Amino acid sequence: MTLLDVCRWIQNSSLLVAMRSSPWLFPIVATIHLFGLAIIGGSVLVVDLRLLGLGLRRQPVSQIARDAEPWLLRGLLVSIPTGVLLFMCFATKYYYLTFFWVKMASLLLVLLFTFSVRRKVAMSDETRIGPVWSRLVALVSLSLWTSVAIGGRLIGFP
Amino acid sequence: MSLLRFCQWLAATPWSIALHESRYMYLIVLTVHVLTLTVFVGTALMLDLRLLGMTMTRVPASEVIARLLPWTTAGFVVMMISGALLFYAAPMLRYQNFFFRVKMVALVLAALNVWMFRSTVYRGIAEWDLDPVPPRRARVAGGVSLALWAILITLGRMIPYQLYWFDCSRQPQSAIVNTLSGCIADPDSGHR
Repeated sequence: MTLLDVCRWIQNSSLLVAMRSSPWLFPIVATIHLFGLAIIGGSVLVVDLRLLGLGLRRQPVSQIARDAEPWLLRGLLVSIPTGVLLFMCFATKYYYLTFFWVKMASLLLVLLFTFSVRRKVAMSDETRIGPVWSRLVALVSLSLWTSVAIGGRLIGFP
Repeated sequence: MSLLRFCQWLAATPWSIALHESRYMYLIVLTVHVLTLTVFVGTALMLDLRLLGMTMTRVPASEVIARLLPWTTAGFVVMMISGALLFYAAPMLRYQNFFFRVKMVALVLAALNVWMFRSTVYRGIAEWDLDPVPPRRARVAGGVSLALWAILITLGRMIPYQLYWFDCSRQPQSAIVNTLSGCIADPDSGHR
């Protein structure tokens, strides 16, 4: 069974056929997906701005990172299940969209980066991490998240 | 000049037509409008959560506000400009969109909430600046703000979906729908 067959099978399952036949369900799930975007945006931005030397400059990075992390996880908890549902509705359409795969690749990369390198840099003693490295980490994080978001917007266009 | 006349006039301007008919410009503006959510609502969310005592509780509330609000404001400015352009691209479609109408009312309410917070609770911030969980009136302001932005996002997301449910172009409609959406009698003039 190929990936395309899987997409076809998901999209045509009775649950997803029922979801598509409701005129309200898709836009409502898409709206909740947008809430996730805002939550992730806020929790990522406060830390990345701080790593760039902007925003809450007077607090240690580790403190801001520790406070923001639960909200990042909550944002992901909102975004990922709703995103999976949105994907399942039109799985074969997304299968053929390059932007969808760009978004998935960026998402995978940014999650790996966030919970390894960025987490380590943000949580460690600032005097041991140079400002150049902090900034680089923030820029990588912001670029990857932007790529996820732009990919997300572009796959929504007909 | 009535609002309807103004929208009709706006819809007939060459730049409005150009923006609406453009291959990429409209989609770029729309993308900017949606993605600025991360900056605008994202930072507003962190502010509101601080007011609710749900994040950055060891950072003084005034500091969170002072350091993050410029970013919220910048995001808001981009939102308003891109939003105004989206309106300008299709004034008659927005005029006759129920969700757009309610969204504008919710926007006014959100602005009122900010103004009320500024002129009451925020004035006495020195008394509770260091409290991990701010007093009830600050929490209410934060909660109302969060609820209103969530409503605004929802209404904004629903604007294009009116087309599938009860759009003015789908007649006959019940009188209440036509009134609330401001459907104009001549469907041809309501094209954009």
